[in-house]
Amino acid sequence: MYAFSYHKPATAQEAADLMASADEGAYLAGGMTLVPTLKQRLAAPSDVIDLTGIHGLRGIRTLDGKVKVGATTRHAEVAANEHIPVLADLAGRIGDPHVRNCGTLGGSVANSDPAADYPAAVVALDATVHTNKRAIAGDEFFKGLFETALEDGEIVTAVDFRAPSAAAYAKFPNPASRYAVVGVLVARYGDQVRVGVTGAGPCAFRAANIEAALAADFRPGAVDDVGIDYGDFNADLHASAEYRGHLVRVLAKRAVAQIGSADSG
Amino acid sequence: MEISLNVNGTAHSLEVPANTLLSDILRERLRLTGTHVGCDTSQCGACVVHVNGDAVKSCTVLAGQANGASVTTIEGIGTPDDLHPMQTAFRDNHALQCGFCTPGMIMSAIELVEKNDGLTEQAVRDGLEGNLCRCTGYHNIVKAVLAAARQM
Amino acid sequence: MTAETGIGASVKRKEDARFITGTGRYTDDVSAPGQSYAVFARSPHARAKLGGIDTSAAAASDGVVAVFTGADLQADGIGDLPCGWMVKSKDGSDMVQPPHPPLAIERVNYVGEPYAVVVAETLEAAKNGAEAVQADFEELPAVVDLKNAAAADSIHDAAPNNQCYDWELGDGAATDAAFERAHHVTRLHIVNNRLIPNAIEPRAALGEYDAAAGSYTLHTTSQNPHLERLVLAAFVNVAPEAKLRVISPDVGGGFGSKIFVYAEETAVIWAAGKLRRPVKWRAERSESFLADAHGRDHVTDAELALAEDGEFLGLRVRTKANMGAYLSTFASSVPTYLYGTLLAGQYKTPAIHVQVQALFTNTAPVDAYRGAGRPEATYVVERLVETAAREIGMDPSDLRRRNFIQPDDFPYETPVALTYDTGDYEASLDKALAHADYAGFAARKAASEASGNKRGIGFSCYIEACGLAPSQVAISLGAGVGLFEVGEVRVDVTGSVTVTTGSHSHGQSHETTFAQIISEKLGVQFENVTVLHGDTGRSDYALGTYGSRSLAVGGSAIVKATEKIVAKGKKIAAHILEAKEDQVDFADGVFQVVDSNQSLTFGEVAFAAYVPANYPLEELEPGLSEKAFYDPPNFTYPAGAHICEVEVDPQTGVVRIEKFVAVDDFGHIVNPMIVEGQVHGGLAQGIGQALLEHGVYDETGQLLSGSYMDYTMPRADDLPSFLVDTTTTPCTHNPLGVKGCGEAGAIGSTAAVMNAVTNALGVTELPMPATPETVWRALREA
Ligand SMILES: Cc1cc2nc3c(=O)[nH]c(=O)nc-3n(C[C@H](O)[C@H](O)[C@H](O)COP(=O)(O)OP(=O)(O)OC[C@H]3O[C@@H](n4cnc5c(N)ncnc54)[C@H](O)[C@@H]3O)c2cc1C
Ligand code: FES
Ligand code: FES
Repeated sequence: MYAFSYHKPATAQEAADLMASADEGAYLAGGMTLVPTLKQRLAAPSDVIDLTGIHGLRGIRTLDGKVKVGATTRHAEVAANEHIPVLADLAGRIGDPHVRNCGTLGGSVANSDPAADYPAAVVALDATVHTNKRAIAGDEFFKGLFETALEDGEIVTAVDFRAPSAAAYAKFPNPASRYAVVGVLVARYGDQVRVGVTGAGPCAFRAANIEAALAADFRPGAVDDVGIDYGDFNADLHASAEYRGHLVRVLAKRAVAQIGSADSG
Repeated sequence: MEISLNVNGTAHSLEVPANTLLSDILRERLRLTGTHVGCDTSQCGACVVHVNGDAVKSCTVLAGQANGASVTTIEGIGTPDDLHPMQTAFRDNHALQCGFCTPGMIMSAIELVEKNDGLTEQAVRDGLEGNLCRCTGYHNIVKAVLAAARQM
Repeated sequence: MTAETGIGASVKRKEDARFITGTGRYTDDVSAPGQSYAVFARSPHARAKLGGIDTSAAAASDGVVAVFTGADLQADGIGDLPCGWMVKSKDGSDMVQPPHPPLAIERVNYVGEPYAVVVAETLEAAKNGAEAVQADFEELPAVVDLKNAAAADSIHDAAPNNQCYDWELGDGAATDAAFERAHHVTRLHIVNNRLIPNAIEPRAALGEYDAAAGSYTLHTTSQNPHLERLVLAAFVNVAPEAKLRVISPDVGGGFGSKIFVYAEETAVIWAAGKLRRPVKWRAERSESFLADAHGRDHVTDAELALAEDGEFLGLRVRTKANMGAYLSTFASSVPTYLYGTLLAGQYKTPAIHVQVQALFTNTAPVDAYRGAGRPEATYVVERLVETAAREIGMDPSDLRRRNFIQPDDFPYETPVALTYDTGDYEASLDKALAHADYAGFAARKAASEASGNKRGIGFSCYIEACGLAPSQVAISLGAGVGLFEVGEVRVDVTGSVTVTTGSHSHGQSHETTFAQIISEKLGVQFENVTVLHGDTGRSDYALGTYGSRSLAVGGSAIVKATEKIVAKGKKIAAHILEAKEDQVDFADGVFQVVDSNQSLTFGEVAFAAYVPANYPLEELEPGLSEKAFYDPPNFTYPAGAHICEVEVDPQTGVVRIEKFVAVDDFGHIVNPMIVEGQVHGGLAQGIGQALLEHGVYDETGQLLSGSYMDYTMPRADDLPSFLVDTTTTPCTHNPLGVKGCGEAGAIGSTAAVMNAVTNALGVTELPMPATPETVWRALREA
């Protein structure tokens, strides 16, 4: 690790000021992504600004059918929360117990790792990402590989998720890292269906054609005939783009089946 | 930077560079070498300790993040004459060979048992996802954790 | 008294007391006052000319004590890292052993090869320094693909066509004749995937120099500290043997990868002398991936000739073996004497011919990894046998039975140079079939199919050769070292016993098992036995731990030493009890004059040995301490039957192991609990090879699977609980009747898993690891 100065501000404003005055600042939340990066000397910030001392960033609240999760809320806390079962299920499958004891929602969405789980929920659960400056629609948040709508120094403060009438998350974990090779979150809002896909492309996205097929006919078989264009999908040692495309279909069907069996049960 | 932390019941105040990891503080400054380091990508779990009651990878915690924390390491859970039930279960079930993964494995297993009721074999296997062992094939580790769960 | 702690008892381990309390002492836990830290500058290129190295910026970097390059070591007379086994090609020529300087000079030949070392006051300062080392690299096209390596540029001038050797074993003409007579021939193209060992403790070294004594102490993570010392002294010229002490304290797993003598500890101990200051190095995991010796990596074409009734007539095997960029310490022996010799398996195949071409590539050196050659051989034989059974429509267990060497065939001389001493292969297979409920498989398969899944079962009846031996034969075949082991038994004045063994334990539990032997043989309380190992300052020259040899060879040496102790004890007892020596018996810790009530306990004799009140000193020396060297007359031949049952999700290609049965014959067993643990660990590694693990380089020689993010280590949730059992035919030629159990799991299991997966999929060939995508593709193409 290169040398840096460590700060733990008490307010978002203070954090933003520290960032503005730093040569090269980096926010720190759970550290589950940033610290390994620092250890391997893949980043060299002059100042590390720990956001976990900021009041009001941690915790889960409900409000008008929405669930607001503070940015420094840990994965384990979301996993133990009952307000949106699918979100709890998703958070409970991130990494391993130690990662869930430290990693945070804000860190995960700000990082926009193509293989991260939360982004699937941000797009599928009609989320709003709140920052110290503004509110950003979940659909507009992820811009590309490790790229988001956040401006330099902007801090995620919370994410609102809209509670679905039914939902399920199907994840195909990378056998080595346990991140998502592909993750598909299918959410029903009455007649409307939202499908968020992570792992497959450069960043999380909504699968409009699967949504349309399911809105017309909410059964696993409805996904069979949907064309999945895997041309831009990721390819690595563990999965080719084509296989990822195949997994999107299989996982979408499994999520639908899971919702179906929950509905009928 | 100046930090204070409580390790296994003893308070410490230390001056350390900000780019120091909790695992290094434990191993190099406090000479608590039971906490091991087996990787550089936060995946092996050899370094797991409890920080404020949660099992975390001490190789992924910066000095500043540990400031003010209460830390329990493998050296703090039992003594040779008064072992923690998890330590006893590991020995009785031959859940260790080279012993290198063992401290982290035991610290993870304790949290797993403390935070979950009615553990099944599958739940133990899933709960140990963050700890690598190259020696045992996990068979006896799983047995030990289930045995300790009955004792704890 | 000793029934609970003697041979055959599942005694709880002595070593656990420290490991479960965090008080183990591994190399990185050892620190020396004033120590400095070493970090290596490593090649980013797979193949390049190494022009000038500019160390000035590194040397000027904060906290840097010194920077050394290969030229500095060379100028100081430091030699190359040698390979200890001279293999000869079939034309009689010696293998090519290219120069292997500890720090690269002129050329770099794999990504991660060290070319400079920076020593600094702190680890971070050393890392900064290493980043500041500037080297001129002129990149050359890398040779990565083993299949085409012989047609590529030569990496080493001394090795045209990148060939290290082209070796053969067996009777080619007889094998050709067998194929001409064949009713059926089964052919397979087999790739044995590259593995990266990944002991959870990374390699480490702490070098110290004592200027007053002119002596060096090296703490390092070695499976065989004496060999380390021999190589560093005699070949690398770091220090004279007597001035170099190598200590290998608690070691966190080895699996072969810590047998070898590496660049890093060589540089560290040399630098400690140069700088007159302790120097410490610990590998980061990414360095382990790049620079630990890897395992396996063969490409093979194999054919089995069968008669109409399924009798095996002949076996022909052509293998290309990847050596990596340089020859690691024992690399040459792995695909030859540890591979070709095992190709008879458990069968009476009369004619076998194997040809192995060893090739250099621009990848990390490849050497022994748990099983070393024997897993590769088992994989070839057992995949072929299973495939043949399917092709000729015979039950795979029946085809094996048809060809097993039978109990009354022993000693059995194979066509590939080994003489098996004993075994009962059918006994293990029968037991395994019962445990696996083979009869119920069809019903389980139907149930899987009903739920949309596929199910398969696969067998593997492996044999291995452990306790590499005898020295005389191995040396005649090119081994550069002997293959004996030493054991010393020191009885203390109060009757407690200290054993020093040349075997090294890094998980194998010698402190417990060897104490059980003493408890049994001398009737001494288990608690009163201390076993020491891993320090050249404490024991005689020895060979250490590899190839499942510790108990069969190291344990036998200890037994021999206890026999000497008993003989000496009888003399002492006879003297004190005024009896004739041959009238004294020893049993259960008591020396007894036959047909009398006169006796002395072991403790009383021990005391008398050191308090020689009225000894006839010309006939009887004081003291009770004996040492023995044991050189085995033959290998031992553990063998067994593994059965794996899998379920495959055809949608995703995910393979789940539903059941794994291993029935092994290890001869007599000293501690069943420990033996089971060894089997479990081996199974995890063998299953890992089949389903998960893969060391992959891209075409430019960059390691793609260079961290736990990409190299799939078996985790708890990847594996089932195992069903492990044993059968017993005692080894006929060592005093304990033991065979060795450390590698069996890794040797037998891989083929069983792949036979099960191919059975489920209905395909003949399937590359390893059988990852979900691989399986999914195979199903789509089937
Ligand atoms: C072994 C391991 C396994 C993992 N497995 C998974 C997995 O299966 N699925 C998965 O989704 N993730 C996985 N992760 C990643 C984990 O979930 C991380 O915790 C998460 O991606 C980042 O959260 P963090 O709080 O740790 O952020 P940090 O590491 O502290 O920060 C990450 C990045 O986000 C920035 N940042 C943090 N908080 C904010 C904020 N509030 N506003 C603006 N920027 C911010 C930081 O500057 C940094 O660039 C794994 C990590 C590890 C180590
Ligand atoms: S050292 Fe591997 S996870 Fe901490
Ligand atoms: S006991 Fe050796 S790594 Fe687990």
